Amino acid sequence: MKSSYTLAEMQQVCAQVRRDIVRMVYEAQSGHPGGSLGCVEYFIALYYDLLQHDPDQFTMEGKGQDLFFLSNGHISPVWYSVLARRGYFPVEELATFRRLNTRLQGHPTTHDGLPGIRVATGSLGQGFSVAIGAALGKKLNHDRQLVYVLLGDGECQEGQIWEAAMFAAHKQVDNLVATVDLNYKQIDGDTRDVLNTHSLADKFRAFGWDVIEQLHGNDLQEVMETLRAARSRTGNGKPIIIMLHTAMGKGVDFMEGTHDWHGKAPNAEQFARAMEQLPQTLADY
Amino acid sequence: MTHTPIISTGEKDTRSGFGAGLLELGQQYADVVALCADLTGSLKMDAFEKAFPDRFFQCGISEANMIGVAAGLAITGKVAFAGTFANFATGRVYDQIRQSVAYSHKNVKICASHAGLTLGEDGATHQILEDVGLMRMLPGMTVVVPCDYNQTRLATKAIYDIDGPAYLRFGRPKWPIFTPAEDPGFIVGKAQILQPGTDITFVANGHMVWQCVLAAQQLAQEGISVELINLHTVKPVDADAILTSAAKTRAVLTADEHQIHGGLADLVGQLLSRHLPTPLEAVAVQDSFGESGTPDELLAKYGLAPANIVAAARKLLARKG
Repeated sequence: MKSSYTLAEMQQVCAQVRRDIVRMVYEAQSGHPGGSLGCVEYFIALYYDLLQHDPDQFTMEGKGQDLFFLSNGHISPVWYSVLARRGYFPVEELATFRRLNTRLQGHPTTHDGLPGIRVATGSLGQGFSVAIGAALGKKLNHDRQLVYVLLGDGECQEGQIWEAAMFAAHKQVDNLVATVDLNYKQIDGDTRDVLNTHSLADKFRAFGWDVIEQLHGNDLQEVMETLRAARSRTGNGKPIIIMLHTAMGKGVDFMEGTHDWHGKAPNAEQFARAMEQLPQTLADY
Repeated sequence: MTHTPIISTGEKDTRSGFGAGLLELGQQYADVVALCADLTGSLKMDAFEKAFPDRFFQCGISEANMIGVAAGLAITGKVAFAGTFANFATGRVYDQIRQSVAYSHKNVKICASHAGLTLGEDGATHQILEDVGLMRMLPGMTVVVPCDYNQTRLATKAIYDIDGPAYLRFGRPKWPIFTPAEDPGFIVGKAQILQPGTDITFVANGHMVWQCVLAAQQLAQEGISVELINLHTVKPVDADAILTSAAKTRAVLTADEHQIHGGLADLVGQLLSRHLPTPLEAVAVQDSFGESGTPDELLAKYGLAPANIVAAARKLLARKG
């Protein structure tokens, strides 16, 4: 398995992952395309550039490797596509998404042994605490690799997020890089209308975190640079969090920037329109 | 039938048995970590904290986060013992346990103190009577409810060896000690026949085992022979032990410091009705909340005293005919 990629190659994967996401959700007639499309660049930057990992040798413990946790587990389509494209499991398995007996459950789970997954997520707020625990475990094990975790901005309405935020800062969990997918959208509408979180950057700063803002969360080069900068700031006594501004539904014009596509599958006509906008760049699964 | 009479050798709280067992585990195994949510002294986890400060995680009053952090530690190869009051260790964090621990099959041990009415004066807000039901409904969760100090110490050590999640329930008050300090007969998943008998089977766990000992002594004076089963492991249940005893006595009484719903009454009743229909009586809290009071006052008011067990046994024997 290849281990270094050019920006052009990574952009090709981004395009194919977007296509995978819409195909998976269309074929299953369920799933969460909006947040998945918005986080493609983050996942590609993470799995193709930043993570020190070995897709062929996945272990639960991940000793000597970086770990990633997806706390907003509903955006499983993007994670599954990137894991498969990166070699964690056969790309063909993406066709089983949400079908009976699949390892690609609606929300990620360890139950069926899918490589890349370390805890079941989807009930919001929980993966963040688990990531923090894993980071503490790495420290106890004198394992210098890092732990990464992605949260949704709507997810930050969960109380557990703030228990975890307080705890991680208090315990100086500085081998952790969290990212909030800041798209201002949740199922019922705009986060500012549903339950305004106001400035999550200010809140995390007030909780004692090192906060990094990235306004262009769908610009691959910028996301890579931000993640690398975050990595270089680890080990300084503070947990790190990136406010990653993204567009929900990015890459499909009628899905972009609206909460309508949080958790809805396109119909045949919409699917055809989306496919026109997302040409094949690598082989389809 | 002759047997060694069950006698109490002293009194100690079961939570202290947990604290002692945890400290020993810490000494024995480097992968043991412990977490607590601002109840370190109450849970008797302070000895572990003092001996192994690097492996102890004070989480503050944040139980949901504590469960998640425990699951994360387990991912990195640790065996995580997370302790707080039973109320906060189960009902408050049920979804965290369900998803991050049970469904994800993490090596997390939920250690729950101050369970049941015998918590006493703090009242019903803290007297959880539903926790065993909640925990035993979760697939893959081992549920252990030891009966005294010695057994709680042994149970704490024993759940270390289980690969996966476990729930350990214990309590606050000083309680008679009547099992041995080292007990080869204590095996998780294996019911203990503390006293053989022929007329009626008692199936109990936790503090109620001692209540059953006292009730059985009283019944013995009336010539009634009680077979007393300590069902310390609620899940996986030792069905053979219960069915074998029921086949012999043809009358079964359950006793636990729990709601009648979700506890031993449901568990044993279902087992018997499916495999060996047998008259059953249940000594448990009858679908109500507790209140403030001393443990003995509460056990009496809510029908969990030895006298209540004796009365239920007589009723059962009458039904048996």
